[in-house]
Amino acid sequence: MSFQEVVFYLFSLTLLLSAGAVVLARNTVHSALFLVLTFFTTSAIWLLLEAEFLAITLILVYVGAVMVLFLFVIMMLDVDLAKLKEGFIQYLPIGVLVVLVMSAEMIMVVGSSKFGTDAYPIPVPKAADYSNTKDLGSVLYTEYVLQFELAAVILLVAIIAAIALTMRRRPNTKYQSPAKQVMVKKADRLRIVKMDSE
Amino acid sequence: MTLDALNISIAWPEIFLLSMTCLLLIVDVFLKQSQRDASYLIAQFTLLGTLVLTWVNMTTERAEAFNGTFVVDPLADVLKIFICLVVALVFVYSRDYLKDRNIFKGEFYVLGLFGVLGMMIMVSSNHMLSLYLGLELLSLSMYAMVAFNRESGSSAEAAMKYFVLGAIASGMLLYGISIIYGVTGSLSIPVIAESLVKQSEMNIGLVFGLVFLVVGLAFKLGAVPFHMWVPDVYHGAPTTVTSYIASAPKIAGFAIIIRILVEALGALQEDWQGMLIILAVLSLGVGNVIAIAQTNLKRMLAYSTISHVGFILLGLLAGTNAGYSSAMFYILVYSLMSVGGFGIILLLSRAGFESDELNDLKGLNKRSPWFAFMMLIFMFSMAGVPPTVGFWAKLSVLTAVVEIDMLWLALVAVFFSIIGVYYYLRVIKLMYFDEPEDTTEIKNTTEMQMALSLNGLIILLLGVYPSALMSLCFSVFA
Repeated sequence: MSFQEVVFYLFSLTLLLSAGAVVLARNTVHSALFLVLTFFTTSAIWLLLEAEFLAITLILVYVGAVMVLFLFVIMMLDVDLAKLKEGFIQYLPIGVLVVLVMSAEMIMVVGSSKFGTDAYPIPVPKAADYSNTKDLGSVLYTEYVLQFELAAVILLVAIIAAIALTMRRRPNTKYQSPAKQVMVKKADRLRIVKMDSE
Repeated sequence: MTLDALNISIAWPEIFLLSMTCLLLIVDVFLKQSQRDASYLIAQFTLLGTLVLTWVNMTTERAEAFNGTFVVDPLADVLKIFICLVVALVFVYSRDYLKDRNIFKGEFYVLGLFGVLGMMIMVSSNHMLSLYLGLELLSLSMYAMVAFNRESGSSAEAAMKYFVLGAIASGMLLYGISIIYGVTGSLSIPVIAESLVKQSEMNIGLVFGLVFLVVGLAFKLGAVPFHMWVPDVYHGAPTTVTSYIASAPKIAGFAIIIRILVEALGALQEDWQGMLIILAVLSLGVGNVIAIAQTNLKRMLAYSTISHVGFILLGLLAGTNAGYSSAMFYILVYSLMSVGGFGIILLLSRAGFESDELNDLKGLNKRSPWFAFMMLIFMFSMAGVPPTVGFWAKLSVLTAVVEIDMLWLALVAVFFSIIGVYYYLRVIKLMYFDEPEDTTEIKNTTEMQMALSLNGLIILLLGVYPSALMSLCFSVFA
């Protein structure tokens, strides 16, 4: 077994175990942290596949941003997981059955007989100075410019939708008005009272 | 690569639409609530401009842009013109309803126009990725529009259901696309079609991907057994949004079925024909039978939509040019009828009163003979009673099905249509033979009354003289 294979199996094992732990952990915060580990090991496997840009993006975007938000939400929601998991044993047999049937079907259809090495040639490793990021960038803004723009429009719609659905003016809210704070004069706030000394 | 290679000029309608929508977004922020009508006018001007630009650039040739990811052909042009027209009607009908409910905001028009952009991209896509992104753009706009009335609990519930089920459907579609990509090695529709023709032996991976694609498409179109969201969303959403969802997106849905199943996976016709038969028969049956039990007009029209989707699938599964043309004729006519039917509900509604129960239509003839007559036309047309255009649409679909020697399928469709006539006629009976319970005067802007009358007269005219639109649809698939 080459060093690369050892690394691959190590990360794959960690990936599977942590993915299982996401579902099985009793504490939701632990689940979220296991999900971070899952993403991290996935990105390591992508690195082995020479997809450096995607691997780094996964860590930056998902681990760095999305999961942090997830953690915030989980901590604020206070989910009672014990209640959610009620009836777990009761539904386990049927769940396992569905999983087995589906896995068998998937293996039959998308298994190595159809997508194996005889159907697809083994990819040749790229040279050491090959830049995955540069290649992606050069097609993203040329060949896929329409899709790129569309993705941008979708994000814009998401922003508009979120604001339209949640923004409301509440008259009783206490907030600071920096303009008023800056414009305030001494006479508005301070009252000088002349008193006799005692 | 130069800019010329992108051939941007054929995408002028989309570029205009996007720029104007962004402009509207900015202008709207600076308007006072009393000036909000300006947003409405800008939105209508945008749709009109897009329609005119599409009309002017109409070709009989197929042209590609953006490195073959975007295509303009006669099919795309005709569908785009109808999408703009139908959405413009929706906007006309919406204004009073939105004002009465204090949700007359620029975001409604912005989201609606972004939805139109999504539909136009779907109609014109020549690449699975742009097709998917167009679909997501449309869906995202619609999810937000369904939840637009924040005061209403049922709207929020409908939006949540729509969002969750829509996300699952998108996932299905995407999974199907990824498997097709795995087998054929490309996302470009012509390349996929080419590699399928070359493939001599049947690949089970392809059929596996196809199943996911069909499920995803059926979800989005609302065909049985993936229809569960349709009645709840139609009922829960504000009526303006229902009229939007029920009309134009179906045209775009037809277009992506043509692009995916016919243009990309035409070689697998034998496989998808069987799947569509099941979907069509179930949709016709469930749609028509369950509609009878409804007391709410919006829910009834939702089930009616499901049955119409069944008819459209019948035309598509014929797999012949005549079948595709008749399905296209059906979908165009359906979108006009549907927007008109919801237009009547919007006409009768007022502040604090939705007018979406069947009983609210009682004695409409005494309150307003003209609009009762309009509703009569819409209902007759949906039911497929002879002098109206709905009859010609059903007839052409059935002819296409009979031509491929599937007489039993045509008989099933006729059988369920006859059952369906019952609930359409019930509406007419309520309007003409019952005493009105509610005698409030119908007050609406002349603009809306004119548009609604025009909508009804178009349906009537198309019924008397269907050949113009029919030959247009046939020329597209010649």
